[in-house]
Formats: sequence, structure tokens, C-alpha cells
Amino acid sequence: MKKLIEYTLQEHINALQAGEYSSVDLTNAYLERIAENDASVNAFVWIDAKGALEAAWASDERRRRGAALSQLDGIPYAVKDNLCVKGMRTTCASRILENYIAPYDATAVSRLRESGAVLLGKLNMDEFAMGSTGELSIFGATANPLHPALVSGGSSSGSAAAVAALEVPFALGSDTGGSVRQPAAFCGVVGLKPTYGAISRYGLIGFAPSFDCVGLLTRNAADAETVFSALVGKDPHDATTLDYPQQTPLLRHPLRIAVVKELLEGEGVSEEVRVSVQRAIHAFSKQGAEIQTISLPSPQIALAAYCVLSAVEASSNLARFDGIRYGRRSKNADTLFDLYANSRGEGFGMEVKRRILFGTCMLTEERRKIYLERAAYARNQIRERMEEIFSSFDLILNPTSPTGAFPRGSKQTPAERREADLCAVYANLAGNPALSVPFGTSAYGTPLGIQLTAAPCREALLLAAARILEEASHE
Amino acid sequence: MSEISYEAIIGLEVHAELKTASKIFCACPTTFGAPQNTQCCPVCMGHPGTLPILNRHAVELAIRAGLALNCEIARQSRTDRKHYFYPDLPKAYQISQNEIPLCKNGRLTVSMDGFSREIGIARIHIEEDAGKLIHAGNETRIDFNRCGVPLIEIVSKPDLRSGAEAAAYLKALRAILSRCGVSDCKMQEGSLRCDVNISLREMGSEAFGTRVEIKNINSFAFVEKAIHYEITRQTELLRRGEEICMETRRFDSVKGVTELMRTKESAEDYRYLPEPDLLAIRLSEEEIERIADTLPELPAAQITRLTETYGIRQKDAEILSAELLLSDFFEAAAAKTRFPQIALNLLLTELLPHCASEPFSSPVSWTRLAELAELLGEGEINSATAKKLLSRLIKDDFSPADTVAKEGLAQIRDTDQLQLLVENAMQKMPQAVKDWLHGRYAAMRSLQGKIMAESGGRADPVLAEELLTASLEALKNGKENLES
Repeated sequence: MKKLIEYTLQEHINALQAGEYSSVDLTNAYLERIAENDASVNAFVWIDAKGALEAAWASDERRRRGAALSQLDGIPYAVKDNLCVKGMRTTCASRILENYIAPYDATAVSRLRESGAVLLGKLNMDEFAMGSTGELSIFGATANPLHPALVSGGSSSGSAAAVAALEVPFALGSDTGGSVRQPAAFCGVVGLKPTYGAISRYGLIGFAPSFDCVGLLTRNAADAETVFSALVGKDPHDATTLDYPQQTPLLRHPLRIAVVKELLEGEGVSEEVRVSVQRAIHAFSKQGAEIQTISLPSPQIALAAYCVLSAVEASSNLARFDGIRYGRRSKNADTLFDLYANSRGEGFGMEVKRRILFGTCMLTEERRKIYLERAAYARNQIRERMEEIFSSFDLILNPTSPTGAFPRGSKQTPAERREADLCAVYANLAGNPALSVPFGTSAYGTPLGIQLTAAPCREALLLAAARILEEASHE
Repeated sequence: MSEISYEAIIGLEVHAELKTASKIFCACPTTFGAPQNTQCCPVCMGHPGTLPILNRHAVELAIRAGLALNCEIARQSRTDRKHYFYPDLPKAYQISQNEIPLCKNGRLTVSMDGFSREIGIARIHIEEDAGKLIHAGNETRIDFNRCGVPLIEIVSKPDLRSGAEAAAYLKALRAILSRCGVSDCKMQEGSLRCDVNISLREMGSEAFGTRVEIKNINSFAFVEKAIHYEITRQTELLRRGEEICMETRRFDSVKGVTELMRTKESAEDYRYLPEPDLLAIRLSEEEIERIADTLPELPAAQITRLTETYGIRQKDAEILSAELLLSDFFEAAAAKTRFPQIALNLLLTELLPHCASEPFSSPVSWTRLAELAELLGEGEINSATAKKLLSRLIKDDFSPADTVAKEGLAQIRDTDQLQLLVENAMQKMPQAVKDWLHGRYAAMRSLQGKIMAESGGRADPVLAEELLTASLEALKNGKENLES
């Protein structure tokens, strides 16, 4: 018989509704799983067993009275440690926030709280969501639960690993340049980066506000849809949220799919990834889809625009961490300047410092014309090209990442690390929804990910198409 | 060799706190003087993950100011982040407007010594205020109550030429901002602050000299003094053949001098970035029209109307128009009497010193002022009685007409009665009469005083003077006749 923790989100929903087990049973099962399994994965950085069991008990009470708040009432979950939870430590895996207790709930968290979902704790990540291996954390690296010698991917490392390790039925992460989709691909789960503005960013300690999205990680596409519908919608606390349309088009026949040539034939794309993309194309063709190869503006330009713009925004957004009001304050400082310099110098890790310095430099008066304005121009060009593509296609199909999960501790140059974001950044530059669905296998025996991208607010279409691949991979 | 003359080129940047109930990016209240750190929240404290939400009322007030100052209103503008590190700035950037301000290219008419000049308004933009540092011994504490209070920055064109003109500009600006309900303009509470940009150039030259900025002056008088000091300082430097440095200075109001704060070399690069957390500010024609429709009568138009309607002096009309409550008070009284100028004189010279200012409030109602003006204008009472009654009204409310009747305060205008008083005074003061007859006409005064005193202050001074003069003339003629 299947163990409780192996059930999908939808199966838990059905079981709770049928009264087969209680939320307390379910919460205990996951807490036990975390206790016995997480030492080797290191997905969790904070576990709130007491709070979770209280919430589960309250949920069971509601169900007994027939007053369940939503279908998610009583379902356990966990969030990346850059989402604020009132009264809970929220660190972004950074020394500079190591003792920060958030004074408020992120909107994504409060919506789930209002849905009755049970928060188990906070999940590991690359510091300030900058990184794609899950290794840049003050809490230590997260291992790939499917192969402990490999990286989990990042920056939502703990979120992907916890779902893959059956430690939670779903988790929230954040995606600025692939941070949900890439670890989802490496760990073999579904990772959805919604349309920019579909889910409120309020309470997400992001680093690049015009790119950041709260994303979700689940075991399958159907579960992603359930969680997404609980989170989507306008938030009075986030001016950039959308009035998400009630009705969105589902699958149409024939499905028109574009395959991006540059993201398939590029140098860094591994052979096994190419094979999995070909198989995915085949799976869609079998369903009658029309497949066409297209071209996107030079990926190198897109990547450069992403690097400049996201670093510029990071240098601005992370300026507030100064040790004055909260967070770590350096003990060696006699002057105000030293207080700033040393608190930030001691508090931030290397990758974060590198991006802050780079972004600050790009924003100076001498350089903004040369770099910032050109990057902004490139971004607009990419947006226009994406709009054009989606006027004649329903989906773009490409690999989530040029490779599958690679060994931990691999020495990568910053440039190589950036290359890994190549497939992901288009969706962030243009604000389109994109997801990664497991498809194919690497030489290490770990899953690979196929990325599907759709027009804004076409999450339903995206998830329906993902199911086609899910079914094909079971064949 | 005659010395070179210089002309001062002056531009002002005025920060005015907008009169909104809540802050510009969160729901915290903006009440002045609340206990420290009781009006702040995670958003205005810059906690991680928080996002700003633009207060539409702040935008509306800024547009009111823009329309009142004849500006072009941007149909689409945006906010920008202005970066610098300081403990009173929680996010390490101020949300302001750099490239596209809400309003630009306006003008304000400033009158000084009877002359009017138009001063250009370069731009008006919205931004958030910072917190306040409180230094106490070895410690510095931060009060975040003011963080996120909405401000407009009104930047004038470099059209001003003297400290006095700058002060006149500020007064005219304050009158408009408070009239339109844009700002309280209370300088002592810091709701209006001023930076001065000033450079000198040779008289007749078209080129601009090197600019010096004087930061954060909090009174009109200090603005005038600081400019005056700076003109003298820069003139002396130039005459000695030295160069003016591009620098920022502060005004020490105790010593009356400006002092160096920082030079251009240490000037910061604010690294402006379009604010990604907020959408563009879009305004429809209807919205702008709706705001324009609710604008009150502006001071310039009001001054013209007051002088034309009530026949009052331009200077008095300017005093009235500087504060809406004051001009409302006057107009209410003026509507109730046929003697508006008399009501105005009583108001400005007798009553105003006893009134509260900012906001104006009078201890005497406008009805009573009108009644008094009526009695005085009709000649029922003389002005000495009117002043006495007014000072009693300040302490106590009563009907002036009833009191005049009850206490017999009406003017004595009966000639027989007055003639008796005149003769009585002449009898009692023979020396004064003698003096007058010898050509020392100032002696009239003491005789008049005697008449007023004997009548209990009720004699009609004009009639009494006529009769007194006639009696003295008669006496003089009689004597001359005798002598000849």
C-alpha cells in the first residue's frame, strides 16, 4: 500500500474530504518524514512542528463542523526562506538576515493561511535567490534527493528538493531567472513560474522586482493548477498584480508549438537534453500538434540584458540591508560609513556582493547610457518578439536547462553559471508564464526538464499541455 | 576704477508636505507631533519584501498645485528611485520622480513694492519624506514617523534676483498652496522647507556663474538673510578675483552666515532607477478637469475682485488673500455692512493682533465686527468708542448697538450740547486759548482732549473740532477788532 506521504496533493484533498485521515495524521506523517529524511537532503532550514500541528488540529475541527475553508484546508506545505511569515525567522539564507523575524505575512502565505493550509516551515535556497545550484546558503547546500552527489539546482533548492523527497506535497519558491523551473527540472518535479503579476510579490524578499515571481513546485501539473488557483489574483499590497482573467483558453486543436532553434542547438546543450526535447516534440506530434522551429533574438543578448537589469535592480533592492533597523550589524564600526561597509561586507556572501557591485556600477551616470539603457532596449525587443510569436503559436517548447543535474562542488565560472539561466530568462524578461515538467532521463539517472512557455495569463493552457508530456513519460 | 556690479540669479526648491490623511505609500497616519515611532509600519520602515502603493490623494493634491501654478500636467508620468545611504532613509532610496515629473512649465505672479513679475515654475514632482535623526549625547536615535509623508518639490526657474523677491515668491507660493488645500505650509512644523540655488554674474552678461546651493532653510526671513549673505560673500570673492566653488552650504540662523556642507567632488551619484514596484501614473482628461473644477479662487484673482468689489486698497487685499479664513471672515462681515473699508480697518489694525494665525481664528464674530462698522460708519459712535467696544468684545460677546444705547455711548452730535462743551473747555483752559491766539495752533489738541474727556469720550470729534475752531476764530476776530 502507498504511504501517506506518497499521495499527491489531489489525493490528499480527496482523502481529507472523505475523512480517510485527518490533517493531524497528514501533518505528523510529513513531520516524521522530514525528521528521518531531511538531514541528508537539507531542504528545511526551519521546522515549525508546534505551529503546524496546531493549525492541523484547527483544520480538523473546521472539517468536523463542515466549515472547511477551501480544498487546501489541512494540507501541509512549506515556503522558500525568502517569503515572509509573521513571527517566523526569514533569512534568505544570508548572514545579514540570520536573526530577522518577519513582522508580517507575505500575501502568498496569508492566502494559503486563509485557505487553511498548514505551514510546516521554511526551505533552503541560494542566498537572496542568487544562484542555480543550491550551494550558496549559510545553512549549507541542499542535495538532490534523487542522487545525493548531485546538486538540487537553485535558487529554490529546498522547495524542489522537499517536494521531490516527499517531505511536502507542495512548496512555494521564487523565480527571477529560472529559480523555480531549473531546480524543478533537476529534482524531477513540476515547477511553475506564473505570469508576472499573477501572484502577489508582497512579502517576497525578491532581488529584481520587475522579474521576480512567486512560483510553485508540485509533483504534477494538476496539483500545480490547484495551488495556483489559491494564490492568483490582484492584491491591494502589490501595485504590479494583475486582474487575472476568469476564463482562459484551454487546449486547442491543433496545438501550435514553436521550438526555439538557438536553445536547442546552442553549444552548452547536452546530447541527452537534445534527445529529450526530440521525444517531447514527438509526443506532441502524436497528439496532432503542429511543430515549427523558430528563432529568438540572440540568446547571448537576452542573457546580457537579464544580467544587467537584474543586477541593477538587485543593487537597489538590497541597499536597505544596512544593519540599522534589523538584521546583522557589524560590531567593528566606529563611523557611520564603517557601520554600513562592515555590516554589508560581513553580511553578504560573494555571489550577492558580486551582483550588487556589478549592478551599482551599471547604474552610475557614466555607464547607464552604455549598458542600462541598451539592456532595457533589448528587453523591449524581446517582449515584442515574444508577443509576435504568441500571435501565431500557443506554446514555446525548449529544454528547461542546457543540462541535467550535475555533481555538487563543480567548479563553475560566473559566466558558466549564467549560461545555465539561458533557457529560462526569456520568460522573466517578457513576463510570460513558463513551467518545467520532468521528461527524459540523464546519464546519472536523474530526470530532465522540458520547459513550456505560453502567452500571459495562459497558465491553464500551459498546465494542460504539461499533462500531455506527463502522460507520454508514463508510457 | 569703478567696481564691477553683479547680478544674482536665484532659483528656489520648495518642499511642501501634502495634506493627506495617510502616507504616500502605506496607510500610516501623518499627524504631526505623535509620539516617536508610533506612526510607522513595515512598509514605511523599509522592511524586506514590502511594496509601495501610491496614495492617489497625494497625486491629486500635487496636480491641484500644478494647476494653480499654471503648469502642464503629464498625462503619464512615473516614479524613480533616488539612491543614497543615510540612517533616516530606510530603503536606502527615496521614491521620487526624476525624468518625468507630474507637472512642469508653470508660472507664479509675484508682486513686490507695487510691481508684479512672473516667476517660472520649472517642475513639480511628488516624493516621500525621510525620517528624523535625534541626537542625544553619544547616541543617535531615529524617529520614523515622518518616513513616507508625501511631499511635493516645487522647483522654480532661475528667475529671482534678490532675497526680498525670493521671500515675496515664497509668500505668494504659500498663499496658493494653503488656499488650494495642498499643504498646511507650517514652516515651524517643517511642512514647508526651502533650498536656494544662487549664482552671480556680471551685470549685463547672459552666461550663468557657478551655482551654490543652500540647503533646508525653514523660514522666509532666513531665506532672505541667507541670500543676502551669499550675495555679499560671492561678490567679495569675485572682486578679489577668486573663483566660486560649486558647493552645498547651510545657513546658520544664529550667526546669520552660510557655512560649507560639502563640495562638488563629494557630490553623490543618485543612480536613478525607474521604480519597478509601481505602475506609471496615468491621468485622464476627465480626471484633470474634475480636479481643475474644484480649485478655489486663487489669490491673484481674489485680490483683483476684493479691490473692485469693496474698493479696498491693493495692499490690504494682499494681506487678506494670504489666508483664506481671514478673507472669508472679512467678506462675511463686509456683506453685513455698508462700510466695508471701516470693517477692514477695524479688522486689520484692532482685531488681527488678537487673532490666532495658521489657521486664522478670531475671538470676535464677523457679525459683531459688521455691527460695529455699521455704528461707526453711521456716526452713531466715534472711533474711540468703537475701539473700546471691540476690545470688550474680544473678552465677551454682546450686542454693540444695545450696549451703546444702554450705556449711553452714542456720539454727542447735537450742536448746542457740543457748543456747551466747547465753551466749558475754553473756560477751563485759558492758557491753551491764549497760546492758540498767539499762533501756537498745536494748543488745539489739548482743548480737543478736554472736550473729549468732559464728554466721556462721546463727543463727535469732527463736529467738536468745527465748533471749537469757529469759537476760537470768533474770539480772535473779536480781539483784533478791539485792538484796531
